Amino acid sequence: MADAATGALRRTLNLRRPDEVYNAIIDAHRDLNDDQCRAFDAGLILLLANHVGDADVIGEALAAARLSLNGGSRAG
Amino acid sequence: MSSYQYRHYPYRRPTELDGKGKRRPVVIVGAGLAGPTLALALAVRGVASVLLDEDDTVSNGSRSICQAKHSLETWDRFGIAQRMVDKGITWEQGEVYLHDKPIYHFNLAPEPGHKFPAFVNLQQYYVEEYLFDRCLAEKLIDLRFRHKVVGVRPDSGGVSLDVETPDGRYTLDADWLVACDGVRSAVRHLLDLPFPGEVFHDQFLIADIRFTSELPKERRFWFYPSFHPTNSVLLHRQADNVLRVDFQLGRDADPEEEKKPENVDRRLRQMFGPDATWEHEWSSVYTFTCRMMERFVQGRVIFAGDAAHVVSPFGARGGNAAVADVDNLAWKLVRVLAGTSPASLLESYCSERRAAAHENTLNSTRSTDFITPKFPASRAFRDATLALAREFPFARSLVNSGRLSVPTVQPGSSIDTPDGDTDWLRGPTPGMAMVDAPVANGRGGFLVDHVGPDFTLIAFAARPVDLPELPAGMAGVMVAREGAPPSGWTALLDRDGLVRQRYDGRAGTAYLIRPDRYVAARWRRPDARELAAALRRATGHG
Repeated sequence: MADAATGALRRTLNLRRPDEVYNAIIDAHRDLNDDQCRAFDAGLILLLANHVGDADVIGEALAAARLSLNGGSRAG
Repeated sequence: MSSYQYRHYPYRRPTELDGKGKRRPVVIVGAGLAGPTLALALAVRGVASVLLDEDDTVSNGSRSICQAKHSLETWDRFGIAQRMVDKGITWEQGEVYLHDKPIYHFNLAPEPGHKFPAFVNLQQYYVEEYLFDRCLAEKLIDLRFRHKVVGVRPDSGGVSLDVETPDGRYTLDADWLVACDGVRSAVRHLLDLPFPGEVFHDQFLIADIRFTSELPKERRFWFYPSFHPTNSVLLHRQADNVLRVDFQLGRDADPEEEKKPENVDRRLRQMFGPDATWEHEWSSVYTFTCRMMERFVQGRVIFAGDAAHVVSPFGARGGNAAVADVDNLAWKLVRVLAGTSPASLLESYCSERRAAAHENTLNSTRSTDFITPKFPASRAFRDATLALAREFPFARSLVNSGRLSVPTVQPGSSIDTPDGDTDWLRGPTPGMAMVDAPVANGRGGFLVDHVGPDFTLIAFAARPVDLPELPAGMAGVMVAREGAPPSGWTALLDRDGLVRQRYDGRAGTAYLIRPDRYVAARWRRPDARELAAALRRATGHG
């Protein structure tokens, strides 16, 4: 993973109302079953990836997102 | 079944069977798209070849139907491209549908001023017929039908072939053997050379039908149409009012059942409605593989086209890559035969065309993964892309129903000279194909008409006296406002200013174009020493 000091992916807070945004994402999934969640998230990721635009940032985010698979541990 | 009249070309008893054989500089195995194109590209440079084919007619079925601009430019040097354009269907536009609604429209040739369109759709049997006609009229080409290669014995100085004919077996000795004998290459099998790659299991049904009603010219691609709700369908027009319909069947379909005419008709009826009428031309159920040989040059045996590499059909990258292979190979082989370049020049054929095959494989695999997603998340992203495409323009660009063949980029080739000047705003870099533009002079309307079978320097100059001195072996094309060209130069008028624009041409700018119409080098103001050095490098002396 890219070094925190030189990487392009933002690591500090960039949301003015973080709780609102977080809960808006959760709420958007509330009435969806697992298949619908997968379809919804795919669309959301594509929309946000296009908005971000920077392939390096997206690449870092793809690597960093793997942390969510094992509870934040880098091993495994 | 087919409306095309398959001609059977005559077998002739070879002189070798009567003890009159002689060693040949080049023997080519396989008269598909690559073999005859190579024979013609050698012949225009004065080199004779023997072209062997085990069959006596052209391609069975339409097969490769999209003939790309770069291929047409190659065939134009033999005077047969216009015949293909006249017979074929010129198309540049395409439409992608989700369910039954259009979501994305594309135009492959948004700019005017090119001699040839992005694509002409013409069945492979017509292309081969025109190539055969031209080969049979060419004294330097010995085209032999019903001559089957059954043995290959390479040695350090050449290759001996065992060839079987209706009159018996004979031996043919060659300095160089070029295998253009397709995906099931007999030469590759006889030499027991590996062909590693990936096998895909999705099945597709091709139905070529002759239609009597009004036909669309553009390419149409459906995801989940109501007439084939589980999969995708491609519709493409060909010559003689023939339509290519390509149904994705999935992994579990029974190919024997699907091929039955009544089952094909049932699918077509759902697609075209109760009133449409058609006749069958050709049907086939196919799967595909992506494979590539480790080396395209194995001593005195050279592999080209499908014999060397195969990709999925999405993107028209099979036949067009085969033509580009032999366009790249021909001039190098001619120089090696003439002794004006070392045999090591052929290494650049291998490295450049392997890079091209990689690019084609990457593009075609990405299209394949979009059209036939391999795991649930892949399908979820594909379907999300399609769902967003109608509202969001960015998602339309992600819809991948085949990224259609354009000349591949061969960056960092050892025979090209990297850019030294840094102020280029536009123009093809070394390793890219040259770009066409309209010009005016006595001989023809386009820049591609003036790039010869050898190296050409395209130079922009305010006055003829400003032109650089040409080294031997390089023709000059002067893009100037006025003045008579010096000896060795052709003057072209930049009729619409598009040559300057497309090449970022300023006074002094020069592009060195290789015989295969790729850029070898470019400069803002080259001197004679730089030109000579780039030419040495491009001819394998660097």
